[in-house]
Amino acid sequence: MSAEVIVHCRNVAKSYGLGQERVHALRGVDLDVHSGELLMLVGPSGCGKTTLISVIAGILDPDEGSVQVLGQDMRTTRGSARTRFRGTNVGFVFQQFNLLPALSALENVAVPLLILGVPRGEAHARAQTMLERVGLGGRSRSLPAQLSGGQQQRVAIARSLVHGPRLVVCDEPTSALDQETGQRVMEILREVAVGAGRALVVVTHDARTFGFADRIAHMNDGRILDVVQGSTARAHKEHQTWE
Amino acid sequence: MNRVALRMLMGDRAKYIGIIFGITFASLLITQQMSVFTGIMYRTFATITDVGQPQLWVMDPKVAYIDDIKPLQSTQLYRVRSVDGVDWAVPFYKGLLRARLSNGTFQTVSVLGIDDATLLGGPPVMVEGRLEDLRKTDGVIVDEVAAKTRLAKPSAVPGQPPQPLRIGDTLELNDRRATVVGLCRTTRSFQSQPVLFTTFSRAMSYAPRERKLLSFVLVGVKPGEDEGAVATRITERTGLQAVRREDFMWMTMMYFVKYTGIPINIGTAVLLGFIVGTAIAGMTFFNFTQDNLKQFGALKAMGASNWVLLRMTILQSLTVGTIGYGLGVGAASLFGYLARNSELAFRMPWQVLAISAGAVLLICVLSAIFSIIKVMRLEPAIVFKA
Repeated sequence: MSAEVIVHCRNVAKSYGLGQERVHALRGVDLDVHSGELLMLVGPSGCGKTTLISVIAGILDPDEGSVQVLGQDMRTTRGSARTRFRGTNVGFVFQQFNLLPALSALENVAVPLLILGVPRGEAHARAQTMLERVGLGGRSRSLPAQLSGGQQQRVAIARSLVHGPRLVVCDEPTSALDQETGQRVMEILREVAVGAGRALVVVTHDARTFGFADRIAHMNDGRILDVVQGSTARAHKEHQTWE
Repeated sequence: MNRVALRMLMGDRAKYIGIIFGITFASLLITQQMSVFTGIMYRTFATITDVGQPQLWVMDPKVAYIDDIKPLQSTQLYRVRSVDGVDWAVPFYKGLLRARLSNGTFQTVSVLGIDDATLLGGPPVMVEGRLEDLRKTDGVIVDEVAAKTRLAKPSAVPGQPPQPLRIGDTLELNDRRATVVGLCRTTRSFQSQPVLFTTFSRAMSYAPRERKLLSFVLVGVKPGEDEGAVATRITERTGLQAVRREDFMWMTMMYFVKYTGIPINIGTAVLLGFIVGTAIAGMTFFNFTQDNLKQFGALKAMGASNWVLLRMTILQSLTVGTIGYGLGVGAASLFGYLARNSELAFRMPWQVLAISAGAVLLICVLSAIFSIIKVMRLEPAIVFKA
């Protein structure tokens, strides 16, 4: 693949705990994620998927190996510089949405812009545009509690994209949703988030969404077993179910 | 992000009200108890407050407070008058005497004898009669509260409330007749004895025979003279203790603070208010932060720095602190207003408000510190945990 490499991981290892309690979450992971692609990380619970996206997103430090995001070495980018880098270049979609319950959909979407210091008026205008792109332009004043699970996840998607990040990481974005809503959320992610210059990394064990992936990286026991390309990935959709 | 912080705070109504309630309660208790303490302390120097004209009080060097009377020789008055910078100096008698009421019962009263010629040192507010009426035979001026209560005459009709002492009524002081010529309003004193004003010479006749009966010399300082310098000069020339009015108030108050245990007793209630307020507000605020930890984690993951989260937490803390303080002080003020005509000693100078504000600020800081530590140490990866 000749597209720009957004994420470049080599021999990444990460463990938790000490002594006999030590758990090896990642054992020498090599992975590249390219601009314009949606890569899914799939595997059973505890195989290291979440740890890997945490490392990729710059919110966890690996014990060994190198991680470069947009050419930036995450091991040497530390403290406030890394926080700033993350705020500017990374978008997040969480399993439990993590919307601020007291804020309206519009205000929630505007949060990443406010963190970056964008004036409130401009932030709200851009948030409104993004809400319209995910089909929730008419629900901008609604509080999260007034929205369905699927709508909340769409708000979360809008929030992850509003500041134009080059990398979006999604942790189990459909696991809290029913099948139909999950499909709709993945369609929106593909339509809105995947584009030139941006890469998506989606952690999932929901086999029904595999068809949306450009590539699927299978993980187990802290390792990437294989990376399956496009149509092959879709072919796996009917047969794979990860618990 | 300030707006986001406030929306987060106010979004959880139950906790928001709980935190404000805790701080309001603490603020109310601290302000109210300190106001009562201040009120009691003000009463200790009620006589000095009421005798407003002199700038200096001259007394025996061993006197520690206003009720600690160590009489002077009457000649000391002339020695004081001869000191440079003294504009005027008048004698002042203060003593406790037994008054015999018309029904035959006795009541201890505080008798204040003021200069016959000038009547300097008289009551601050006359309710009935005139100060000059003290020059009438056997004239005394009685404080209005005592006239209605402890010096009141029993009703002629059994079972009816006693009749207030009025102008023209008489009582006996040390077997000598005293005629009420006026009623005045005085500051309630710590001992709460009825106060009777009369002339210095008449007070001498009421007081038991002693070699020395001059309690204090009240001094006015010449215009342009420094009060402290004149006081020092009086001390140097006469060997007496001369203090400014404000210093004498402070001396008196500090005596009571040191020897009566009042500060400890009331301080305990203040401390209790502080501890309870800190516990309620601190725990509720901590729980609030704990409940929002994932939200803070999400903000951190999205690029909010520790400094931004710190600012948000402090803003939340100060907001509930300001509201709670306002409500607590408001409630304490209302309490003081409603109790204004009662026996309750209640005084709320700006210092009480400042100390109360400081205590509330401390509560907020402590609450915020516990929460901030949690937020600062927060691992943003928490957001990826279901």
